[in-house]
Amino acid sequence: MVWGIVIVIWLGLALSPFLFHDVRSQQVAARICVFIVLVASYDLLIGYTGIVSFAHTIFFGLGAYGAATALRHMGPGWDAIVIGGGIGIVMAVILAIFIGLLSLRVKAIFFTMVTLAVASVAVVLVSQFSDFTGGEDGITYKVPKLFKPATKLLVDDDGHVVRWLGTKLNGKLAAFYSVFCMSLLLYLAMIRIVNSPLGTVLKAVRENETRAEAIGYRVVTYRTLVFCISAVFAAIAGIIYAVWLKYTGPETVLSFSINIDILLMVVIGGMGTMSGAVIGVVLLNLAQYYLRDIMQLGAEATANLPLIPELLNPDRWLLWLGLSFILLVYFFPAGIAGTMLKPRVK
Amino acid sequence: MRQDILTLDNVCADIAQYHILHDINLNIPKGGVHVLLGRNGAGKTTTLRTIMGVLHAHSGSIKFDGQDITKYHSSDIAQMGVAYVPENMGIFGGLTVEENLRLAANKGKFDPVRLKRIYTLFPAIEKFWDKAAWSLSGGQKQMLAIARAIIEPRKLILIDEPTKGLAPSIIDNMIEAFHEFAKETTILLVEQNFHFASSLGETVNVVEDGKIIHSGDMKEFAQDKDLQTRLLSLSLDQHQ
Repeated sequence: MVWGIVIVIWLGLALSPFLFHDVRSQQVAARICVFIVLVASYDLLIGYTGIVSFAHTIFFGLGAYGAATALRHMGPGWDAIVIGGGIGIVMAVILAIFIGLLSLRVKAIFFTMVTLAVASVAVVLVSQFSDFTGGEDGITYKVPKLFKPATKLLVDDDGHVVRWLGTKLNGKLAAFYSVFCMSLLLYLAMIRIVNSPLGTVLKAVRENETRAEAIGYRVVTYRTLVFCISAVFAAIAGIIYAVWLKYTGPETVLSFSINIDILLMVVIGGMGTMSGAVIGVVLLNLAQYYLRDIMQLGAEATANLPLIPELLNPDRWLLWLGLSFILLVYFFPAGIAGTMLKPRVK
Repeated sequence: MRQDILTLDNVCADIAQYHILHDINLNIPKGGVHVLLGRNGAGKTTTLRTIMGVLHAHSGSIKFDGQDITKYHSSDIAQMGVAYVPENMGIFGGLTVEENLRLAANKGKFDPVRLKRIYTLFPAIEKFWDKAAWSLSGGQKQMLAIARAIIEPRKLILIDEPTKGLAPSIIDNMIEAFHEFAKETTILLVEQNFHFASSLGETVNVVEDGKIIHSGDMKEFAQDKDLQTRLLSLSLDQHQ
């Protein structure tokens, strides 16, 4: 059932350029793809290993800023993405090893505090080194020609770009499918990891560290390893997002609110399930982008009734989002996928 | 005279501010089952935990297979070929029976011969192969914990009260199983069930207040009722 929902979501994402023709829908679909990778990589940490980190956006940011800086300085080539993104990934791994070895030995709450401090430092550094990072304004740059909207993937006899099911077969579509394919591959790779012997060790570490050590697994090594793996996936997600947006700034990749969103998505979907990442990302993103529209429609439809239009005023969308979250936690205490997959106790 | 696989030399260990082990001296010969007896709170479990590196001795030395492992990490000790079956079984309830066993198998791969033997000894393992370990009964969990310890060849297996809470019929099966294991490995067994311990043990060490107060042959100890009563301060007949 849960995996059926996940497959339907991926199919929906694959067909989204042909189902929804507006720009915002395409932006939301691409954001969902990238965030599935980001949230699934966070689930590797919090759900499969029991590590609560607030440094995840730093890894996302390192990938994004690596690619963005290289694209700005080296020009819009594939080499810039590979070199810049590669540097971003390497820096993410180095930082993950550093944080991991320094603080994964200590108790969970101290580790969380360390990551929170590092995340705050990263935001300040990006702001301070504005010559390099663009500061609060961020960086805009050009991407390879293939991804430009003006690029024609297929042309008709008159030299016009071919439309299929109402969608232009242009560079924007190529960019979307690159985002989609990369995200799907990365997601499948993470599913492979959690179903491998390494995944079993991670689950054992989450359940009982002392027991895991007593059968021969050095917990700190495995925690650092999964922290690094998670950092690599987050950094690659950052690179994909940077290339898609053609803009990288603190608000899009590094802000604390993104980390809170990721945490919410994991909790809503269900920690330690991987399928939950997909469900959580879709629900929260749809709520963030479309709840106001739905409320607007609701307010208009109930305009003649007392109080209800006021309550459905789109400005109050956060209230409804909060209420929905409370109800979700109440009815799905282990997240949507987590509760649906949970074996029933006789 | 057989070579010792494990030697504890004046080992002292604490739990928080409490001194639990006071100069423990213990020699475990290679092969067979060797029993650690003692009253509740005497320090038997702490001795096993200290050997395994879960607790660290603050003085004295522990030698395993000729190597000083006093300061070793428990994961390193496990990798050297020591398996530990704690009193609470130490299985991972959230994982399946298969995953629990796979964790202990070398590089996650099973030796088919050993696996077949485990199925023969503990049919429940095969029956509940795909089930989550939390759903097993107490006896089945204990079997899983022991199966995990023997899924790979081990030099030494530390087992803490394997019969606790088990039905007598299961205990009889377990005696047979332990006789099998003892042919190829060394078992250091902490046990309250004297019938079980005396049926299996070659040697016995009695712990009292964190010290070894008696070491000797199990058969002789089992026949000497006065010694049993004096050292363990209880009538062992009620446990037989």
